[in-house]
Amino acid sequence: MAKQVPLVEYLVLGDDPHLTAQECTGCGARYFDRRNACASCEGDEFKKVRIANEGILRAFTIVSLAAPGVPVPFVAGIIDCGGTSVRANVANVEPSPDNVSTGMKVRLTTFAIGTDDDGVEGIGFGFEPVG
Amino acid sequence: MAEDVWILGITMTKFGKHPDKDMVDLAAEAARGALSDAGVTMKDMGILAAGNLMNASAGIGQQLQKQIGQTGIPVYNVANACATGATALRTAVMAIKAGECDYGLAVGVEKLAGAGLLGAGGGSGSSGTHYEPSGRYGAVATTDGRIGTTTMPGTFAQIGMEYGHKYGGTSFELFAKISEKNHAHSTLNPLAAYTKKMSLEQIMGDVMIAYPNTRPMCSANCDGAAAAVVVSDSKLKTLSLEQRKRAVKIAASVLTSDPWQEACQILPDVNTLTRNAARQAYEQAGVGPEDLDLVELHDCFATAELVHYDNLMLCEEGGAVDFFNSGAPWRDGKTPVNVSGGLESKGHPIAATGIANIWEVCHHLRGEAGDRQIQGAKVGLAHVIGLGSACGVHILERSAA
Repeated sequence: MAKQVPLVEYLVLGDDPHLTAQECTGCGARYFDRRNACASCEGDEFKKVRIANEGILRAFTIVSLAAPGVPVPFVAGIIDCGGTSVRANVANVEPSPDNVSTGMKVRLTTFAIGTDDDGVEGIGFGFEPVG
Repeated sequence: MAEDVWILGITMTKFGKHPDKDMVDLAAEAARGALSDAGVTMKDMGILAAGNLMNASAGIGQQLQKQIGQTGIPVYNVANACATGATALRTAVMAIKAGECDYGLAVGVEKLAGAGLLGAGGGSGSSGTHYEPSGRYGAVATTDGRIGTTTMPGTFAQIGMEYGHKYGGTSFELFAKISEKNHAHSTLNPLAAYTKKMSLEQIMGDVMIAYPNTRPMCSANCDGAAAAVVVSDSKLKTLSLEQRKRAVKIAASVLTSDPWQEACQILPDVNTLTRNAARQAYEQAGVGPEDLDLVELHDCFATAELVHYDNLMLCEEGGAVDFFNSGAPWRDGKTPVNVSGGLESKGHPIAATGIANIWEVCHHLRGEAGDRQIQGAKVGLAHVIGLGSACGVHILERSAA
């Protein structure tokens, strides 16, 4: 199998793909990026926590105009994963307002985004409708 | 207690395409217009605050001085996203409140005609043919369009959809109706970039940018400038009756950024900082939302206008849809909103917007708004928000002189 690399560091691949966040040990605020300190409480200790794979679509848009090279239309959304908000595309759905609605249940899915010159496969993620 | 500050002169250029004028030409037109409107000159000014976003490192303030008057005063070049103009004005206001000078000039200018999609640079990481993690997320490829979107239309579309999810009652048609209102309002504004009425069918049938916002539901990228001369209360008292009559009191000047909230680094939270700014502004001015005769708010997208009815407390919490459906924000309604046409129709030359919306309010308070005059207007509010975020709220009151 080709070597794989996640699109972003907070996506964990393997048999049980999931997202992780940096959780402030002081106040519990969660972040997906490299941190200098906590924007909520100024603490500077973080632990890595797993984000739930299922969530509720809290907001979405169907993007029809994007930067060159970005395939449109696509559904972009904000998913509430057990109290942690995640930005992601809504995957495996027809990009039309008839097929997407806020409040719908979605779950994490991963897929290949391409292969680089070294044969390494890039893996991205999205959230697909459940059921 | 620092003394009150007044707007003595204010002007805006026509918004739209100005291919024959560069950024300095537009800034000079607005600045000299404001000085003339105030009946003062650059020699009277104690501070110049100049805003420009897209060329923030160009030193627009000093470039402007070289065309209209180099008097050696301190210049502050400011950039604060879409709140740049409001920030420039507030910088001049603060200098007067601090007792450093009696007069200040604030200018905002932008050349944005034909700029296209803003905020599409969101993807960090390498885009070459070798996956190498980079940036704060360790991304191996561009992320915009792969991990949701951070473009302006997409972001504000989601902000409107989130409001609908929380409180219900929103639809594509509702958001389009908000745009219909602003495009109808601008037919009375000769300085607006677009002055054509648009039907609901035209708006809904136009090019989709980011559902539910079609092109006419997005702010119009255009060129323009606006400028204001501000004066201390004590200096104003020494001026002519005519100047005192036309002066407009800055009853509140507030700038906020977003306090941390869960999700605010995932989808910008434009609500909390706007509500905070509004609350502070009403307290400073000693007025409430029910006292406002008109409101110019930051309708960078139709979806944004809806949430700001609520954030500025023009309605009860969660009541923005009912507020709109009641007809309240139309120019003949209870609380006219964006009688200028707003960003969707008047246009949004970013750094000019935060002074141009104050010009609109002043125009009505002075009784000089012609065909679109809101009769008897005494108090108005101007609001801008820049993503990142920065929110400016000013409350303005007609002179009693």
